[in-house]
Amino acid sequence: MLARRVIPCLDTRDGRVVKGVRFKGLRDAGSPVELADRYQRDGADELVILDVSATTDERSHALTTIREVRRILAIPLTVGGGVRSAADAGALLDAGADKVAVNTAAFYSPELIEVLARQFGQQCVVLSVDAAEANGAWRVVVRAGSEGTTRDAVAWAAEGESRGAGEILLTSVDRDGTQSGYDLRLVTAVSTRVGVPVVASGGARSGHDLLAAVRAGADAVLAASIFHDGIASIAQVKATLRDAGIEVRP
Amino acid sequence: MRPLSLAVVETGSANLASVLAAFGRLGVAAVPTRDADIVRNADRVVLPGVGAFGDVMQRLSARGLTEVLSERFAAMRPILAVCLGLQVLARASEEAPGVAGLGVVSGTVRRFPASSKVPQLGWNRVEPDPSSVVVSGGHAFFANSYYLESVDDGWTAAWATHDVRFVAAIERGPQLACQFHPELSGPWGASLLERWYASC
Repeated sequence: MLARRVIPCLDTRDGRVVKGVRFKGLRDAGSPVELADRYQRDGADELVILDVSATTDERSHALTTIREVRRILAIPLTVGGGVRSAADAGALLDAGADKVAVNTAAFYSPELIEVLARQFGQQCVVLSVDAAEANGAWRVVVRAGSEGTTRDAVAWAAEGESRGAGEILLTSVDRDGTQSGYDLRLVTAVSTRVGVPVVASGGARSGHDLLAAVRAGADAVLAASIFHDGIASIAQVKATLRDAGIEVRP
Repeated sequence: MRPLSLAVVETGSANLASVLAAFGRLGVAAVPTRDADIVRNADRVVLPGVGAFGDVMQRLSARGLTEVLSERFAAMRPILAVCLGLQVLARASEEAPGVAGLGVVSGTVRRFPASSKVPQLGWNRVEPDPSSVVVSGGHAFFANSYYLESVDDGWTAAWATHDVRFVAAIERGPQLACQFHPELSGPWGASLLERWYASC
């Protein structure tokens, strides 16, 4: 039986880790290599790096960051941020990513998911869905949380799966960075709709939030601020899951 | 030219960075290559594999590597096959009906049932048969939609369960094939790579 995964996320910009609230107000949170190493030693099951660089100049540091992190990282690495083409994805994979996350470009050109799945394999393609609640449903938000759309987020996740995404990285824009808990209804809505693994993201404050997300149907739980800020360690949240009878990797 | 200590076969779509980095952390220089002679002569070979069964067999064949790899298996020379690298050892796969695998083992590669989460993406427990030498028990990282269902005489197996029980690894002397990714399986995976390398 698969263990539930605990995944720290590094938002990077210009070669540094940053973190904001609801995708805004970014502040420095450390060196990607140092944090990656600390988290893997602490029991992280995987690492996600999302490059949130605003300019091409800043983004040029992303590949260097991936290479440096890969050298020390002995767990899977998912990388996203600004992936628009198979060439972009190929460059990240060559630099050391194991999976590539697509978001805005896939939303506007969904065939990108098929191209990546064909070229690199379904297990390599993560569809990152940013969702905001509106009147009891969820709408897709793109461009790093800045542009709302009218597309139903659950339907978009299902379309992504049918086009070849091997995993859904599901972020609640409303909860991101707020430490108010995951949007559990969103997690349940998507994980009951798709057959591929769902990674819950946005809003974690404690191990109990991660446990709630797993019980709501998440195959993996992603968090950033609580680990960066030392509110809880990865070992602590995994202990919370284990104590509740959830299988985790020791 | 001196034979390479460790050659990593470029299967085309596979991402080699993680494999190269994992051996680098062990202080071993792994060299990627698609040259059949280099693969034939190397002391040890890694056959990685990410992508699709049919594509990989086509590329191996186009590069003259199918015979070289089959000979290496038959001669009991050191080799490590990873993920799809294990699956192409079979005669055939449900992923690519009609495409012949290397036929090193007789089992068939099947797709996980439709009721399962596919791909299997994450950490699963590996349970080696008691006669295992290189593979130990622990959690390994898997990323696969297909699996090898049975094991031939002469190989020792390790098993895992994702709704169905499947082959997690097979070993015989210096030859090891893993359905999981040892290069992504943390300290447990690193120690497995180290044991395999030292056993050759």
